[in-house]
Amino acid sequence: MMNYSSRPPEEPAVHAQDLTVVRGSRTVLRGLGFTVPRGRITGLLGPSGCGKSTLMRAVVGTQAKATGTLDVLGRPAGHPSLRTRIGYVTQAPSVYDDLTVRQNLDYFAAILDPGRAAADRRHENVTRAITDVDLTGHADSLAGALSGGQRSRVSLAVALLGTPELLVLDEPTVGLDPVLRRDLWQLFHSLAEQRGATLLVSSHVMDEAERCHQLLLMRAGEVLAQDTPEALRTRTGADTVETAFLRLVDEAAATARTEESTR
Amino acid sequence: MTATGALSLPRTTATAARVLRQLRHDPRTIALMILVPCVMLFLLRYVFDGSARTFDTIGASLLGIFPLITMFLVTSIATLRERTSGTLERLLAMPLGKGDLIAGYALAFGAVAVVQSALATGLAVWFLDLDVTGSPWLLLLVALLDALLGTALGLFVSAFAASEFQAVQFMPAVIFPQLLLCGLFTPRDTMHPVLETISDVLPMSYAVDGMNEVLLHADLTTAFVRDVTIVAAVALLVLTVGAATLKRRTP
Repeated sequence: MMNYSSRPPEEPAVHAQDLTVVRGSRTVLRGLGFTVPRGRITGLLGPSGCGKSTLMRAVVGTQAKATGTLDVLGRPAGHPSLRTRIGYVTQAPSVYDDLTVRQNLDYFAAILDPGRAAADRRHENVTRAITDVDLTGHADSLAGALSGGQRSRVSLAVALLGTPELLVLDEPTVGLDPVLRRDLWQLFHSLAEQRGATLLVSSHVMDEAERCHQLLLMRAGEVLAQDTPEALRTRTGADTVETAFLRLVDEAAATARTEESTR
Repeated sequence: MTATGALSLPRTTATAARVLRQLRHDPRTIALMILVPCVMLFLLRYVFDGSARTFDTIGASLLGIFPLITMFLVTSIATLRERTSGTLERLLAMPLGKGDLIAGYALAFGAVAVVQSALATGLAVWFLDLDVTGSPWLLLLVALLDALLGTALGLFVSAFAASEFQAVQFMPAVIFPQLLLCGLFTPRDTMHPVLETISDVLPMSYAVDGMNEVLLHADLTTAFVRDVTIVAAVALLVLTVGAATLKRRTP
């Protein structure tokens, strides 16, 4: 297990400046600047289609046509040395439906930590990841035979293999029942607090925002605000993050109108 | 082969083992891959009941064509599924070289092709009296190279297919013209000169020529060596181009 509390706190896990992403003819991210602090859970919130997934793909290094500065764990995003240090879960579960849960994890573990010498360590990691996502009873079921929520947990388990320093989770709790959602958030907190991992978790459900240490509010390819949930609520005088978000959206729209009229 | 450098043997074998494990959960596909060529040869034998010579030529050609078509279909669908299910993006965000992935697929489907070709060749030579002058081992070698060519072509076209529907349509588009021009229906030198020239640049022509060399000659001919070299070289070339269609960063 790694512990980053000894690291200088000023070095963030992710640092972006003027990050712009173009997909086709559309500019999806417009000159973003933000930081993701180490060892904490940063929630990426905003309506569907605001660019959350694109931002996450840029951090992981799978997004083409990303310009500007984007440093991840001290390296430019997409650097080969980052491939074992980042766990990434896409919105749709990306696992093999025609393999069992354990076979899926065995394969991805063999890619992360290859060789016969590592077999015991891999076995331990796989068993731990299955336990982490509470699928021990389904370890030998085909992934394709599982429910949607279970399949997305298999996908999450793959990202937990190899103890990544940064976990990028795209809507990991969509379609899960409240009990599972609570359990997963407990897991996220223990990953951050006990294993020192940094988590970047996206959601379009605002009530999950309260569970994050830090929030990045996005709208239409831009970062509206970056702060802790308390600070956001205090600043906007709102009771919930949802109200705070709506006030920020209105403010931004008002500023845009003023700029438009004074131009 | 790729920008990420040398192949990693453990990652390649892990990928091959994973592909075979996926197949094992799908016994119907295995049965179809293994049995269909045998049934076709059996049928063919009795379609040409009166002319054993015709069965020899067409049978030997088909021993080379079956593995090519099967592996083409299986690989194009398998890699397309890998692309659309997000597992490819996940793998390429991990420390997996593109070469590892392709070599893993080639290894797994190559193994299946060996079983398929061994059964089909054995059935044809020992039970259906296919009259081969050369060694049946050479037939097997050509069949294996053809399977590799099929894998390479399948991987390549999967980059241009957005759905399984499209991938299956590439079969007639890529395979049928080669089937018509490879010399299976009529010797290539009796075709219209334009078509003969086209058939000269299509790899399946050499697969079929190679099979016929084994059929007619007892020893290794230079023509045979040339044919198998061309098939192997085209397979490697297409695999390399196919590797370039696997992108770590996608739009």
